[in-house]
Amino acid sequence: MAFNTVEMRKEFFAEERDESLKEIGQPTRRQDILGHVTGRSPFFDDHRFDGLLHLRCVRSPHHHARIRRVDTAAAERMPGVVRILHPGDVPHNLNTLLSLIGFGRDDEPLLAPDTVRYVGEPVCAVIAESERAAREAAAAVRVDWEVLAHVLDPEEALAPGAPVVNPVWPRNVFEYHDKYTHQKLRFGDVEAAFARRDVTLVEGRYQMSPIEQAPTETCGAIAAPETNDRFVCYTSTQALFFSLGTTAKLLSLPSSRLHFVGGTVGGGFGGKVDSLHEPLAVLGAMLTGRPVKYAWDRAEEMQVGAPRGAERWYLKDAVTRDGRIVARRFRGYFDCGAYTRLSSYAVQKATAHLPGPYTIPNVSADTYCVFTNRTPATAMRGFGITGVDFAIECHMDKVAEAAGLDPVELRILNAYRDGDMKAHRRVAKNTALIECCQVAAEKAGWPVRPEFAAASSLRDGGGARAEIPTTRTDEDGRIDGAPATRPAAAPAAPAPSRPAAPAPAPTPARDVYGLPVREGPAAPAPRPQAPPVPAAQPAAPPPSPPPSPAASPPPAPPAPAAGEPYKPAEPFTRGVKRPGGHRFSSLSGTRRR
Amino acid sequence: MARHPGRGFAAINYPIGMNLGGDPSQALVHSNPDGKFMVSLSSIDLGQGMKSVTRQIAAETLGVPVADVYVDTADSDTGPHCMGSFASRGTHRVGNAVIAAAEEARAVMLEAAAEELEVNAADLETDGAGGIHVKGAPSRAISTAEACLAAQFKQGRTVSGRGIFLIPPSDVDAETGEMSPVSCYAHAALVVDVEVDDETGELTVTEMNSAYEVGRALNPRLVEQQLVGGAWMGMSHAAWETTEPYYPDRRAGPEDFNAYLMPGPGDVAPHHIAILERPAPDGPYGGKGPGEMCANPVLPAVANAVYNAVGVRIDELPITPEKILRGIRANGGARPQGRPGGERAQGRPGGERAQERPGSGANGGRG
Repeated sequence: MAFNTVEMRKEFFAEERDESLKEIGQPTRRQDILGHVTGRSPFFDDHRFDGLLHLRCVRSPHHHARIRRVDTAAAERMPGVVRILHPGDVPHNLNTLLSLIGFGRDDEPLLAPDTVRYVGEPVCAVIAESERAAREAAAAVRVDWEVLAHVLDPEEALAPGAPVVNPVWPRNVFEYHDKYTHQKLRFGDVEAAFARRDVTLVEGRYQMSPIEQAPTETCGAIAAPETNDRFVCYTSTQALFFSLGTTAKLLSLPSSRLHFVGGTVGGGFGGKVDSLHEPLAVLGAMLTGRPVKYAWDRAEEMQVGAPRGAERWYLKDAVTRDGRIVARRFRGYFDCGAYTRLSSYAVQKATAHLPGPYTIPNVSADTYCVFTNRTPATAMRGFGITGVDFAIECHMDKVAEAAGLDPVELRILNAYRDGDMKAHRRVAKNTALIECCQVAAEKAGWPVRPEFAAASSLRDGGGARAEIPTTRTDEDGRIDGAPATRPAAAPAAPAPSRPAAPAPAPTPARDVYGLPVREGPAAPAPRPQAPPVPAAQPAAPPPSPPPSPAASPPPAPPAPAAGEPYKPAEPFTRGVKRPGGHRFSSLSGTRRR
Repeated sequence: MARHPGRGFAAINYPIGMNLGGDPSQALVHSNPDGKFMVSLSSIDLGQGMKSVTRQIAAETLGVPVADVYVDTADSDTGPHCMGSFASRGTHRVGNAVIAAAEEARAVMLEAAAEELEVNAADLETDGAGGIHVKGAPSRAISTAEACLAAQFKQGRTVSGRGIFLIPPSDVDAETGEMSPVSCYAHAALVVDVEVDDETGELTVTEMNSAYEVGRALNPRLVEQQLVGGAWMGMSHAAWETTEPYYPDRRAGPEDFNAYLMPGPGDVAPHHIAILERPAPDGPYGGKGPGEMCANPVLPAVANAVYNAVGVRIDELPITPEKILRGIRANGGARPQGRPGGERAQGRPGGERAQERPGSGANGGRG
């Protein structure tokens, strides 16, 4: 038998398919296969330019520190150094990726102007004639740090007195709908179901650590001045206009002055959406008038590049003796690191996904996007879903054991079917979980009793299963009401949010799933890490940066100091309420400046 | 001391496209005078085959052979806007945009053909092999090349089309989480067989059997490469990978592939896959998107298999030998739970149906 086998199981859903198609369904050879297998497909780094310059960032060795001084005098005198980019060189040095769809608050600088919030955060960038010269000059930059207390665990970040990671988010959480510390899902009444006498309760805690996308080709971009006052940028991006729009915004350029070329990418897996390279490379080309390459080495890719973030999930199920799950409650923490990037989106995607592909009449979820002093998290294959699927499917096996049911049969028994109401209040259609369970079990020789082998996604759904149950809501985590329960012990830093004043619900259950209330963590001793930035040293005041071209833009206003409440420059439009016609106007760099 | 067999199961579904919609993609299609078509996009082919799938979709819709279509992409000066290649949106969103653009171009091509043949365009059909003829009268025909040439050099028509696909953005209710996340879901279930060494804690994945429902396998070989490679990534996530081995402690983070571990060729397990197709009502020819979801069932299935083998629940990824060994010791020894299906069977049930693919060996690489 072959090592791997693949079979098409055409007998399933055959009546729903049009089998008269000519090109669809054919194992057609890839259009680009010849270039790939002969090694001739051009990647971004295959574009050659005379006089190419190389850019390397000076990075934070601390989890959280204020920048007292940056001394680049020695670095600037080193051979081959052409220019050092400072935060003030970035025309609009504050962004959040999803501002492209009008979601969230600008919370991340391209180069940190006054405070670093994770190990590896860039504070300035050296541009030099060779990569070696750039590395050596970056190592010669002296930064005088004032180390601040940090927090690395998301539940500790929510505890009273925890250090504020990012002043844009004073409660260390992304604020949903301008109202809550988290995204809620409420469907039915889980507490009432947990209190039933005929159910067994099953609880679990699940943790996924950060994972690297690990593309063969590390992230990078090459930018060069083009004719007619434009800039071309060859990039490894997964999202050409995402990167173009982000660059246009950060550099205050109209999209018409940018020409982005991508295409052949050596693996992405979600790690090439963040658009960190294109803006610095284009800025370098603007300020030097020469082609500039900015690419990560493997260590940066692994420890500075955003990983699939850690997630922690708490689950509690109520299951009847015949194996039906009648209630499921989630509390989830996405560790998004120091800046939002895309984690706020993943939280809503994960919440929409609950309770997994099962029909459960009572579901509740509280999903948090938590800021900590670590490398920002970002997308990766299965973004928002992989971690909670691990939790759900490990939990299903515990439920099966508690109910004395076979794991496959438990899934088929509880699987969603066409016509069922899902917890986000949309009717399930086009479902196929049951058939997948049956076929996988059959292939593996895992016995399933006849009534389960005969089940179908097309039958026995809907009806009572299509109803939206009477739902109990609450205001736990309400931001406006937070002061009532905010401890007085944390006057300087705004306290992390806690459940608001007790909701009028008959049986408050926050004792089990309320935010954990812990003593604030002692600030651990900061630990120097790999990035080649010398520790704090007495240094002369920084010299003024080398003269910029006349077009050099004014420095961005500094970010508010830690501890100050967030004051939006303009009124923040809530959550996902996206202004229709203007949703993508920032592609032209004209919005949110 | 022994190596204990175990097996675990998991089932999942996966949302197709950006959560809450609001993520448009556009496509432009035009023909050269000789009837060769160009599809212009700005979408990125990450190696998953986006260019090939959109090429097949364009050919199917235009009614021309795939050889008559080429996809040009990823140049912001020539390709119209696309949100990007992520969130399992490439096939679904870009594919639908290509259909819209190709339908418009096809309509012009048929109008041009109708004028040449002096018939009504509604009476024409394409044969998918480069010909256009009157329905029921194959001899009243013109080639797609002749039609496109006549359109451009005799009739002054541009054989071209524009397409955009957008799921209108959904709001989210703050109190209940009510929302319209996506329009369709892919599905999967997977059984994984493992062996666990109770002396070293070592975990070996020995076999995987799976069923993936992908809407429509627009190109079955591209689906296969996604599923085989994705399941490998799932194995790797389950038992090998993390940038922070002692999370939330930031220390000991790997910085290269000597310290950041992944399964090598010797660790990869045979994988027997069944592909099911329940077309998505709004998918391009029913297609969903197999790429992202295929890793997801492997992680919990491996954890469940370890419990089945030695009675240790590992609820924190990755499942390292250290964690397994600590669990076995805490239990006072391995506690095999009994393998579903009994002891390892000699032959694999259902295997006779499987297509033998001598060429489809281990696929251990990324990117």
